[in-house]
Amino acid sequence: MKELKLTATVESLDEVLAFIDAELESVDCPMKVQMQLDVAVEELYVNIAHYAYAPGTGEATVSIDITQDPLNVTITFKDSGIPFDPTAKADPDVTLSAQERQIGGLGIYMAKKGTDEMKYEYKDGQNILSISKKL
Amino acid sequence: MLKIDRLGVGSKLTVALEGRLDTVTAPQLEKEIKEAIDGVTDLTIDAAKLEYISSAGLRVLLSTQKIMSKQGSMVVKNVSEEVNEIFEVTGFSDILTIQ
Repeated sequence: MKELKLTATVESLDEVLAFIDAELESVDCPMKVQMQLDVAVEELYVNIAHYAYAPGTGEATVSIDITQDPLNVTITFKDSGIPFDPTAKADPDVTLSAQERQIGGLGIYMAKKGTDEMKYEYKDGQNILSISKKL
Repeated sequence: MLKIDRLGVGSKLTVALEGRLDTVTAPQLEKEIKEAIDGVTDLTIDAAKLEYISSAGLRVLLSTQKIMSKQGSMVVKNVSEEVNEIFEVTGFSDILTIQ
């Protein structure tokens, strides 16, 4: 397992994605799967950066664990901010037209759809959110 | 990194995107489109070199589509399989005109 600890800001998004991509590339992750995981990571990380410690900032940890047979990746986010369970959020209505659609509310849905599983727990004052996907 | 190329004659505008349309780069595109969209009735987004899109990028496409629905039309062309998958999952393949 590899771990990246950083101050959760949007400016650090590229660093987070570079960290994840380096691990995925080391196991020859297909391009399509890598993009789905990148999207999920971006949405969940940016949520933490925007809301967990608002209006201030705080620390977040992103870790990635890749297991073999079957090849499976689990990415976990931890922060000590405001408790927030993204898995409890209702999915947006993706059948609405452009005029009816609200701007926003898509990020968590995209993260859910692009991965096999999303799990949340609040433990010892921390939000612990993990996503996993078979490669 | 996102590279934005604007090619326009009169009411026709093509915006070619190269790279990643994400949380960091989406505000750039929003600004560019805002500057250029006045009087445009025929907008084309050329996504041939667009490698990646997240919800921040989709938000810009949605707000642009809303403007263009009022003043003309908008098409998104040369979409890669990976980006198209995102459009499918989010229902954007029905919202946007993809060629």
